[in-house]
This record gives sequence, C-alpha cells and structure tokens, in this order.
Amino acid sequence: MKLIIATIKPFKLEDVREALTGIGVRGMMVTEIKGFGSQSGHTEIYRGAEYAVNFVPKIKLEIAVAAAMVDQVVETIANTARTGKIGDGKIFVMDLSQAMRVRTGETNDDAL
Amino acid sequence: MKRFIHLGLAATALVALPQLGFAQDEPAPGFDEIGPYIMTTLLFCMAGFLVFFMAAGFAMLEGGLVRSKNVTMQMTKNIGLYSFAAIMYWLIGFNLMYPGDGWIMAGWVGPFFSQTVLDPVGVAAADAALDYASVGSDFFFQLVFVAATASIVSGALAERIKLWPFLIFVIVLTGVMYPISGSWQWGGGWLSEAGFSDFAGSTVVHSVGGWAALAGAIVLGPRLGKYGKDGKVTPMPGSNLALATLGTFILWLGWFGFNGGSQLAMGTVGDVSDVSRIFANTNMAAAAGAVTALILTQVMYKKPDLTMVLNGALAGLVSITAEPLAPTLFGALWIGAIGGVIVVLTVPMLDKLKIDDVVGAIPVHLFAGIWGTIAVVFYNGDASLGTQLMGIIAYGVFTFVGALVVWFILKAAMGIRVDEEAEISGLDTTELGMEAYPDFSKG
Repeated sequence: MKLIIATIKPFKLEDVREALTGIGVRGMMVTEIKGFGSQSGHTEIYRGAEYAVNFVPKIKLEIAVAAAMVDQVVETIANTARTGKIGDGKIFVMDLSQAMRVRTGETNDDAL
Repeated sequence: MKRFIHLGLAATALVALPQLGFAQDEPAPGFDEIGPYIMTTLLFCMAGFLVFFMAAGFAMLEGGLVRSKNVTMQMTKNIGLYSFAAIMYWLIGFNLMYPGDGWIMAGWVGPFFSQTVLDPVGVAAADAALDYASVGSDFFFQLVFVAATASIVSGALAERIKLWPFLIFVIVLTGVMYPISGSWQWGGGWLSEAGFSDFAGSTVVHSVGGWAALAGAIVLGPRLGKYGKDGKVTPMPGSNLALATLGTFILWLGWFGFNGGSQLAMGTVGDVSDVSRIFANTNMAAAAGAVTALILTQVMYKKPDLTMVLNGALAGLVSITAEPLAPTLFGALWIGAIGGVIVVLTVPMLDKLKIDDVVGAIPVHLFAGIWGTIAVVFYNGDASLGTQLMGIIAYGVFTFVGALVVWFILKAAMGIRVDEEAEISGLDTTELGMEAYPDFSKG
C-alpha cells in the first residue's frame, strides 16, 4: 500500500476528484492548506502598499491506494492538475504499513 | 448659505405664559404663517434620521476595515461615542455652538453650562419660532452632526487605543471643542461675519474630525508591525469588506440628510427645490469620487482596490459638502472626482510619514474637506479664496493644537495605548473579553 500526498491548485480540486473516481479511487482526504514552493509566494497591493503573500492557498489530497494503482493515480493527478504555470503543486508517494476499515475491521488492501 | 443663529429658548419661554389667555380669541393661523415652520421642522426630523444613520455607516465601515480581533472594541467605541456625544451636546454643546445673544466673548466663545430646553408640550403657533423650526428638531439635527465628527476620530485610531481615554476625548471634542469652533461659523461668530462659507460642514464638521484624528494618530503612534525599520509598510487587511461596503452605502444615504437638511428651510418652492438640487449634486460627487478611485487604482496598481473606491466615494461626498447647492451637476462631478484623486494619492503619503490611519479617515475627511472648502469659490460668487483659506487655517490651528493638548494630557494622566500583548492578541479578548466572531476559526 502507498500513501499519495498531492498539493494542487484549489480550482483544480473538482477536476481531480472526478478523474480519480473515474479510474476507481474510492476515497480521499482533502485539506485546505497554505504553503510555498519554488513559486515563493507573490505580492499584492492593499491601499497603495505592496506586501508579500508568502503562503499561497493550496489543496492537499491524501489518498491511500494499493501498490499496483500508484503510478496510474499519480499520473492522473498530474495530468488533471497541470496548468503549465508556476504553482501547480507537487506529488509525494510513501509506503503505508497498515490500514483498517473501522466499521468492519477489514485490514490493509481490503480496507482501501 | 449661513446657518440661522439659534435663538435662545429663554425668549420663547418668557412670552409663553402671558400669551396663553389670548390664544383662543385669535383666528387659526393659515398655511402661509405656519407652513414653513412645519415643513422646515419636518426637514430637520427626516434629515436628522438620515444623519443619525451615518453612525451605523461609520460603525460598519470601521468594523469591516479593522481586523477581526478588534471588531467588538470598534463597535463598542462607536455606540459609546455616539451616546456620549448626544448627552454632551445637550449638556453644553448646543447652546455653546448657537449662543444667540449669550456670547461670553462675542463671536468667539458662547456660554458654557447652558443646557438645551425644548419647546413646551403642544406649543401654540404664536409661541413657536415660526420663521425657523422647532427647538427639538433643530437640536436633534445639529446633534447628529457632532456625532459624525467623533466617528471620524474612532476610525483613524482603531486597533490600539484604550476605550476610556478615547471616550474622554470624545466628551471634550463634542461638548467643548466642536461647539466652540462651530459657533464661529454656524453660530454667527467671527468667521461667518468675515464671509467664510461652509454650507454643510466640509470644514466645520469633517476637517475638524480629521484634525482631531491626525493629532490622535501622531500622539498614539502606528499599530505594531505596521511600519518596518526599513520603511516598509505592512498592510493589515480588514476583516470584512462586505461590511465596509455596506457602511459606505449607509454613509452615502445619510449624506442626503447631512447636505440636504443643511438648507435649513423647506417652506418655499425655492427651498424645497434647493434641497432636491443638493441631493442630486451630493449623489453625483460621491459617484465621481468612487469612479475616479476605481480607475486610478486600476491604472496605478493594475488591480482596483475596493477599500480605496469606498474611500473615494466618501471623499467625493466630503468635497461637495462645503457647497452642495450652487454647482451644476457637472460641477459636482469634477469636485467629487478630485476628492477621489486626493484619497488615492494621500493614503500612501500618510504611510510614508508613518501616520497610521486605519480606515483612511484623514485623507477622506481632512484632505478632501480642505479641498471642498476651497472649491466653494468656483460656484459661489460670495466666497473668496482668502477667506476660505483663513477659515481652513483657523479650524486647523484651533482643533489640531487643542486636540494635541488633550491627547498629551490623557497620555500623561492615564495612558492612551493598550500594552503590546493586548494589541497583538486583539483588543476584543484582552480589553473586553468578548469576540465579535467567536465561532470563526482564526484566519
């Protein structure tokens, strides 16, 4: 099992959700976050004074999938969330050692 | 147009009783006799309601432009200042501002501690001031103006001033300072004699509030973190721009009463027509100020700045307030538009001087107020530039120096600024123990 953590632009969330359910992903966790990457924020002007927005709003997705699906899911997220402009986000994949569905007690791949 | 000199109540009260016996025998007065009194009284009541509502406008504008951690405090200051102003204007202010024959120092200072007395219940026509309006309506109409002056101060000093020193300043401003300087012009004092012209108060009301705010902002200092050591300005965006916009529209509405009511008469075709003329000009100036700020911020900063557009509308209103009657609609347009330019250019200028004005009260009410007072000369042939400048300077010196003295006394006596921890945590929890939005997460 793998855990995929992806940061995407907020307006891409619906597209990504649709594409992922389309390839059989059955659940995800979504958080509104702020952060910075190579974009390093940007500047805005309020009442004539320029100020830096160091942390840009993003959406964080956490998706647990069977190891066999990882490449497909990562590719789908990347293709759907990509605008080609700076700030499209990043995708991280890590090992997941255990999983359980609370209602039934099923574990690991059965729980996903 | 100059204000009528308020006639002391003593005269009315003295003649009231002896005449009661004869009232029955006289024929009922016709409309020609009592109509103007009734219409003007009605004008004062309705215009007074509108100007009263400006207190709500100021509250919403300020509530929207301060950060969410200071909203409860800002609302407390707003209802507190209005209410103290109302009481002080009865206790001292009204008769100090409209001394009639009761000057202590002719043309300069009226009587202290002369409380306002209303017309008797069910006053007979013979005993009423038929050439003007009822005392109750006049008092109420003048009272809501002084409250506007105090509101200007609260916005500029938001987010760091302690509640009680602020309210004490309001008491001095509305009970003593504003009425004394107001009497020079509207009470028939020396500036009015000199030919100074300020129809509804660009100077008498708005720049007085602006000068007091400027003095306060200098003594108080900027909010923590607003200006970096390298001269960098850190914006502190307001908590709710929808409320700020609502507040601006409420002020815009209230301004029809502010300027229209200042015609001070509605008993003739000419007067009632003039009131409508003032409404149209007032609206035009506000629209021009807003559009100018909208376009100017788009050009200067590539994106329009809503808070500047709101300030621009208000600056247009302040600009037309000294002479809302004489200009054509086109005149109101360009006078208001220049008000909008003034705001967009002077808000960053104040920041350069490290004078922290949270809501833009000083550019809107002081700078645009000065402009509006000068602009009188373009359409009012009776006004001269020299006299207008003399009035502007007289009000500036008296109010700015007076306010500085009061602020310094308050600072020495009790401190006017909250401590660092309270300012960073927000005045709502530290000074009041009450949040405006307790169910919202911290953004």
